[in-house]
Amino acid sequence: MSSFVSFTIFGLVSGAAYAIAASGLVLTYTTTRVFNIAHGAFGMVMAFVYWDFVTRQGFPTWVSLALVLLVVAPATGWLVARFVTKGLGEGPVSVALVVTVGLFVGLIGLAQQLWPPAARYVAPFWPEKSFQIGETFITGHQVITILCSVVVAVLLYLLLNRTRIGTAMRASVDNPELLKLFGGRPERVASLSWAIGISLAALAGVLLVSVVGLDYYALTLLVINAYAAAMLGRLKSLPLTFAGAMALGLLTSYASAYLPTEGLLNSVRNVVPALFLFAVIVLMPQAQLRIGQVKGIVSAPLPSLTKCLGWAGALLAFVALLAGWRSEADLLLVGTAATYAIVMLSLVLLTGYGGHVSLAQLTFAGVGALAYAKLEQPNLYGLLLSALIAAGVGALVALPVLRLTGLYLALSTLAFASIMDKMIFQADFAFGFNGTLPAGRLGILGLSIESTGAYVFTMAVFLVLVAFGLLLLRRGVIGRMLIAMRDSPAACGTLGLDIRWFRVGLFGMSAGIAGLAGALFAGLRGTIGSADFQSFNSLPLLLLAVVFGVTSVTGAVLGGTGLMLLPVLSSGDPQLGGLLFAIIGFGAVFAGRDPNGLANLLFRLGRMGESRLGSQIRAKLPVLPGRGEPDPDQGPVDDGSVEVALLDNGSAVGPVDGPVEPVREVGAHVATRG
Amino acid sequence: MSLLEVDDVVVQFGGVTAVNHASFTAEAGRITGLIGPNGAGKTTCFNVISGLQKPTEGKVRFDGKTVNSTPVHRRSKRGMARTFQRLEAFGSLTVRDNVRVALDIHRGLAGLVKPGRADIDALLERVGIAGYAQERADSIPTGTARLLELARCLAGDPKLLLLDEPSSGLDETETDSFGDLLKDLAAEGRGVLMVEHDMDLVMAVCDVIHVLDFGQVIASGLPTAIRSDPLVQKAYLGYSDVEESEMSDETRHDLPAVDVTTEIPVVAGAVGTREAGR
Repeated sequence: MSSFVSFTIFGLVSGAAYAIAASGLVLTYTTTRVFNIAHGAFGMVMAFVYWDFVTRQGFPTWVSLALVLLVVAPATGWLVARFVTKGLGEGPVSVALVVTVGLFVGLIGLAQQLWPPAARYVAPFWPEKSFQIGETFITGHQVITILCSVVVAVLLYLLLNRTRIGTAMRASVDNPELLKLFGGRPERVASLSWAIGISLAALAGVLLVSVVGLDYYALTLLVINAYAAAMLGRLKSLPLTFAGAMALGLLTSYASAYLPTEGLLNSVRNVVPALFLFAVIVLMPQAQLRIGQVKGIVSAPLPSLTKCLGWAGALLAFVALLAGWRSEADLLLVGTAATYAIVMLSLVLLTGYGGHVSLAQLTFAGVGALAYAKLEQPNLYGLLLSALIAAGVGALVALPVLRLTGLYLALSTLAFASIMDKMIFQADFAFGFNGTLPAGRLGILGLSIESTGAYVFTMAVFLVLVAFGLLLLRRGVIGRMLIAMRDSPAACGTLGLDIRWFRVGLFGMSAGIAGLAGALFAGLRGTIGSADFQSFNSLPLLLLAVVFGVTSVTGAVLGGTGLMLLPVLSSGDPQLGGLLFAIIGFGAVFAGRDPNGLANLLFRLGRMGESRLGSQIRAKLPVLPGRGEPDPDQGPVDDGSVEVALLDNGSAVGPVDGPVEPVREVGAHVATRG
Repeated sequence: MSLLEVDDVVVQFGGVTAVNHASFTAEAGRITGLIGPNGAGKTTCFNVISGLQKPTEGKVRFDGKTVNSTPVHRRSKRGMARTFQRLEAFGSLTVRDNVRVALDIHRGLAGLVKPGRADIDALLERVGIAGYAQERADSIPTGTARLLELARCLAGDPKLLLLDEPSSGLDETETDSFGDLLKDLAAEGRGVLMVEHDMDLVMAVCDVIHVLDFGQVIASGLPTAIRSDPLVQKAYLGYSDVEESEMSDETRHDLPAVDVTTEIPVVAGAVGTREAGR
């Protein structure tokens, strides 16, 4: 009985800390519509700052605490609201998610850079004091944690219900435009709520750090617990969020106390928050379709088929060249780059075309790899089957969020990745606890591709095939529907498209592509384990995909190469790892608003060069009989397809007599082909 | 039996009642007007009918069946189509591709084998925007985009068209030919339910008019009867008295007064205050 009481108290204490973190999350989300994935990361960094003040600077505890909670954290929140998240809430959910994931990764990198790994200790508050309830002892720190959550609850209640700015905050939740019309200032509301929100993250971080330890990841990932709690309040209601946090704290505590210490159930204790999240999501009511067009959508560029063929040929030739020339170790790296590039292609489909975000793409690759490793004799069918299994798992993840909006889909992928990491991949039927599995090389038509060079070339062929598949899809019926769905879900719904199932299909297809990449990777490496597909690594993957351009194949290939180079670059100097993370993370924060990314810059340069050179060449050519002078205004089309470009000419020059006929013929020809 | 029956529908947003026990119908082969001052609940009614908004109370019957629990896309499959007050064109697609997507959705798998180019052109021609076929939908004028939304609706060959302020953004000649188009569509047996502020158009084409104010139907009838209805005039013109128009914020007379007989240029400014809550 006494153990039950002490587990209950322990649960309530963790619940109190979750509640503090979660209420900050809810506050920032409701007032700005930006879900801060980096909430936990802010808490982590603030805990480090607190440690720095206390230990390195030697400030007294209360001074450090006041500095962190009342100066550093609010200032950070204010800056973030002012310069990073401003206007994000009105744009596509995918952009806001990418930007905050950028903060997440960037903050971890920053922390590693500022405070390199070392043993650090943060003392609990009021360590000498403890209270006795029956046979159970409660530490002073635990009492303080619970008291803090009560104080936070009361203060938030007073702020929201008894002050002018609080009323403005609540109004901003309902309708920021309306608030503006009535003379309110949504920007001020946003800055204030972010200042408070980050302060609350800091408080939660500081309270938890003596329990969890000063660790970059453990504190950061507590955000999953916080948002699982916030989900019960549907990211709106603070009282329900507190209730959710307490329930979650108790569940986690009881799970660690009473679940068997062996078998699959043992690992359940690590994933209680993620399971809680799924349970809450399943119970959530149907979301209404978003009416009102989303601002700031960027369309994906679409190259012509000839250009694609040319570049594909060049890529394959380059890989063939490498295959015959570079060492085994280098070839493994090329293969890894190809793997990442294919995974990023899966994001091109999902994020670039579809406008959805997945934070678990490497986990899906892991599912594909696992399925592949279980094959007796890997052949093309087996490879396809592995991809299909990953696709099925992807669809299963999307299923519970069928009725909800894109944000919940992204959040459940993060929860899913954590479940796979801590539970499924570690299970005996999978890789085993920190274990690995052997995987054979792929065989095609009975011939196993044993040489690494040939295998890497095969991977490049698959990369090209998937890329072509995507481009064809983008040109066709599904591509148009994806764009339509992104531009206006409400219109798609009222035109008769069942968006929910379309989304599940899209998600499944994307997971399938990632699974294919994972399976190929397994064959490349020969031995794979859960460490190869750690959920956290899906985040830099997403960020690099966006920075290099998540709307184009070029972006995916460049991004894949970049991601492969990361560990290579930082292998010489472990310090560099943190710096690279910080660069990628904060780079994505600034580049995240344009998903066309760096690749688009290349395209623009290419087009500029083309038009310069092209005009020079044209000037030197004799004018053909029956052709008018080239129209200087009609430059290359920005992002339309060839089809559109040609048809464009066909109708644009419609009234003019001369050049119409031939152009229209070409247009019609391409149209039927498309 | 009417094609569409809105039966005692109530919609509440928090403490605000946007639609308050509204009941009205729309018949097949007829053009029905739904008018009222800004914020009267017209667009909310459309959202309820098309399934984008769940009513707090009341029923919507379409084609003889209650559709309250029918999802948006299935209502469309049953023959309902709508346009939006705030444009919902697929901005990054061309005008032609907007209609093509609508046809693709309507035809499902059959659309994969039949390109249907001629059908797209016919639809664009019909609403009179064929000249814009290659323009990106976010670059065309508002009026044209509204016609595009109509063309998209027609791709599904709907039984009932819900048009939310379809003529705003059109000039006088365009509005005239739009009126003719509406009559043609009704003559084909389609029901048309139209929210509209252009009273000339409403009076010219509508067979029946329902007037909504504060979420309630305050009058229903023939255009001539509606024009002379004192309640309607009061709802539209408000009080001409200066003192009364300076009443407290809770009264809706702080909205700009609206002239029944002209197109309403002041609408844009007023939209935010009461309709922004949707």
